Amino acid sequence: MSEGLGERTAADNAGKQLAIEARGLVKRFEGTLAVDGVDLAVPYGAIYGVLGPNGAGKTTTLRMLLGIIDPDEGERWVLGHSNPQAIARAIGYLPEERGLYPSMKAYEAIAFMGALRGLPLAEGRRRARALLEANDLGYAAERQIRQLSKGMAQQVQLLGTLVHEPRLVILDEPFAGLDAINQGKLERLIRDLAAQGATVIFSTHVIAHAERLCDSVAIIAGGKVPYAGSVDAARDRIPAQVRLETRHADGPWRAALPAQARREGAFWHFPLPESGVEPLLRALIEGDAGIQSLSIERAGLHDAFVAIAGEAAARALETAPEAAR
Amino acid sequence: MSGRPMRDERLSLIQAAFVIARRDFVAILFSRAFIFFLLGPLFPIAVGAIAGGIGQQVENAAAAPQIGLAMQARDIDRMLAAHASLAPRMGQALPDMAVLERLAPGQAFDAASVLERREGNWGGVLTGTPAAPVLTVTGERTWWAGPVALVAAVADRTAPTAYPEVKTQTVATSGASDTRGRMRTAQVGQVILFLLMMLLAGMVLSNLVEEKANKIIEILAAAIPMDAVFLGKLFAMLAVSLVGIAVWATAIGGVMGLHGFERLFGGAISLGGLPEPGVGWPMFFLLAIVYFAMGYLLLGSVFLAIGSLATTVREVQTLSMPVTMAQVFVFLFATLAVSDRGGWLEWSAMAFPFSSPYAMLARAAQESALWPHAVAVLWQLVWVAMSIRFGAALFRKRVMKSGPRLKPGRRFARSAPRPPGPGA
Repeated sequence: MSEGLGERTAADNAGKQLAIEARGLVKRFEGTLAVDGVDLAVPYGAIYGVLGPNGAGKTTTLRMLLGIIDPDEGERWVLGHSNPQAIARAIGYLPEERGLYPSMKAYEAIAFMGALRGLPLAEGRRRARALLEANDLGYAAERQIRQLSKGMAQQVQLLGTLVHEPRLVILDEPFAGLDAINQGKLERLIRDLAAQGATVIFSTHVIAHAERLCDSVAIIAGGKVPYAGSVDAARDRIPAQVRLETRHADGPWRAALPAQARREGAFWHFPLPESGVEPLLRALIEGDAGIQSLSIERAGLHDAFVAIAGEAAARALETAPEAAR
Repeated sequence: MSGRPMRDERLSLIQAAFVIARRDFVAILFSRAFIFFLLGPLFPIAVGAIAGGIGQQVENAAAAPQIGLAMQARDIDRMLAAHASLAPRMGQALPDMAVLERLAPGQAFDAASVLERREGNWGGVLTGTPAAPVLTVTGERTWWAGPVALVAAVADRTAPTAYPEVKTQTVATSGASDTRGRMRTAQVGQVILFLLMMLLAGMVLSNLVEEKANKIIEILAAAIPMDAVFLGKLFAMLAVSLVGIAVWATAIGGVMGLHGFERLFGGAISLGGLPEPGVGWPMFFLLAIVYFAMGYLLLGSVFLAIGSLATTVREVQTLSMPVTMAQVFVFLFATLAVSDRGGWLEWSAMAFPFSSPYAMLARAAQESALWPHAVAVLWQLVWVAMSIRFGAALFRKRVMKSGPRLKPGRRFARSAPRPPGPGA
């Protein structure tokens, strides 16, 4: 995105302030518990991912943060306000279910979305054309939405989300339906937004996007948040994995391996002991293992997600009858 | 980029409603469907005119009922001669007479059986003599006794033979013709108002289907109050309707001016014969527009709320039937009230918000006083406000499946700034 995001106040970028804070959000739909006590803390200027399987409660949580629906319990503060809709001009929102008027021209659709957020129509049209040009869509400015491909329409809606230069951008499953090239463009766009000072929060069930983009994530499963924090801390929840290859198949060195160690072909795999790599190395050398290769692989966010969401799912299953009541 | 920081506050209710209304108004006005919308009223008018023309022809073609003469031949000739001499003076007031049967002296005749057999076009049978005529008729034609008596008197030479010349002076109106004529103006006004409302207010039923089908509602709900969506759509459709009415009125006025509307459709449509309404034509038209707007907003807000229940065009079609029937009942109620001037029926129709515009327009045709209209418009405005408020709440609840708790002031309350606390 070549266009800037306008001025932002110094307070916005003050590191310790929170762009979004939610405490104990609960939402039920006709007796079914959709979100069960969600807590979130999103710093200003962060790229924040909300990760979870389908039906986990991500969209409901985002809709509560936006004020589209009110929580049954709990409270949320968005850019310092308890009613997010009262500061709608500062927020840009791309919903999961994309929606544009099919008969509108592309630049009019973008300007209309800006007008909904308080941008004067003439200025919105000017910015819309500039944004379309900057994103290689200038040729489609006069085309009706119904004449655009699904991917192009999705990009138009994304530009409409940003045309009023929001300070907080909330994207619900923004990568869904995009091809690999456009997914890459969207990742760059999100980084640019954050670089210009905007806070970006997006939901996804594709971990790779969050791992590449996010400073912090919240993992939602079964309507609860079993983990919220930095990506690094999430990955650190799972011990690093050691991959060892030795010349000798057996010997005193085997005593240095933890009980969970398993052999796959020529390699041994096991979690890095809590004592660290140096005592392990020493024991292997003294035990005459004949080390050919040793690598320590840090756990990925995907592994962390599976581990965390799996546990949460199990907990949700245990409490499901109670929740249904 | 401009670099000019925008304020964070969302648009006010009115500003947001304007954004929605502008989008809807432009989208409808510049769509091909708007052409069909403009042509829409031509169909019922054309069908009505053709049906009226055919009806008129059928009525003209049907022979007027006659009085059958069943008398002795000499009496029949005298009666027919008397009828011929009176017909030019009495015109339509004199029933037509024809020979049913020439009787022989002393011959009896069963007049009742002729009528009971329903033969020919006999509306009555005259027997006896000119000096003592006997008229056999059905109940609704007993008034024929008067004209028949006059014809018989002339035939019997007991009536005057010379009639004085009556000079006639024509005046524009009288108390009797005013009352009757204005009632007709009232009824025509109500019918036109009803037709416009039926054509136009029903359209808002389907007004949300596009937003719901295309998932646009989520974007709207995140940016502006749902009440603004409700208001914007309502006023956009009102504006579109007024444009349509203006186009139709201009077209009809042009046709009347250029070609003589009275002669169109074989004279089946006649607007020029309407007496001037009590408040005068300019004020009547102004009030008609005001009452149309009031009625439209009242009905429209209810329809929009009902329409928010529908997610497909099929569901809208299902909903439109009871809605149309409700409109018809309200119209019939208001129509009945016209004939009950000053009675409880008229007062009820004026007070009941949905029939009030019809009843007050009828009153504008019949009475010259303007203050009741000021009161009525205020009364209707109160109901419009309540209707919009309630409709918007229902609309929000149904559309987003997350209703407001309907605490007074809650929905329009401004956000409170965040108090100091952890994380701040």
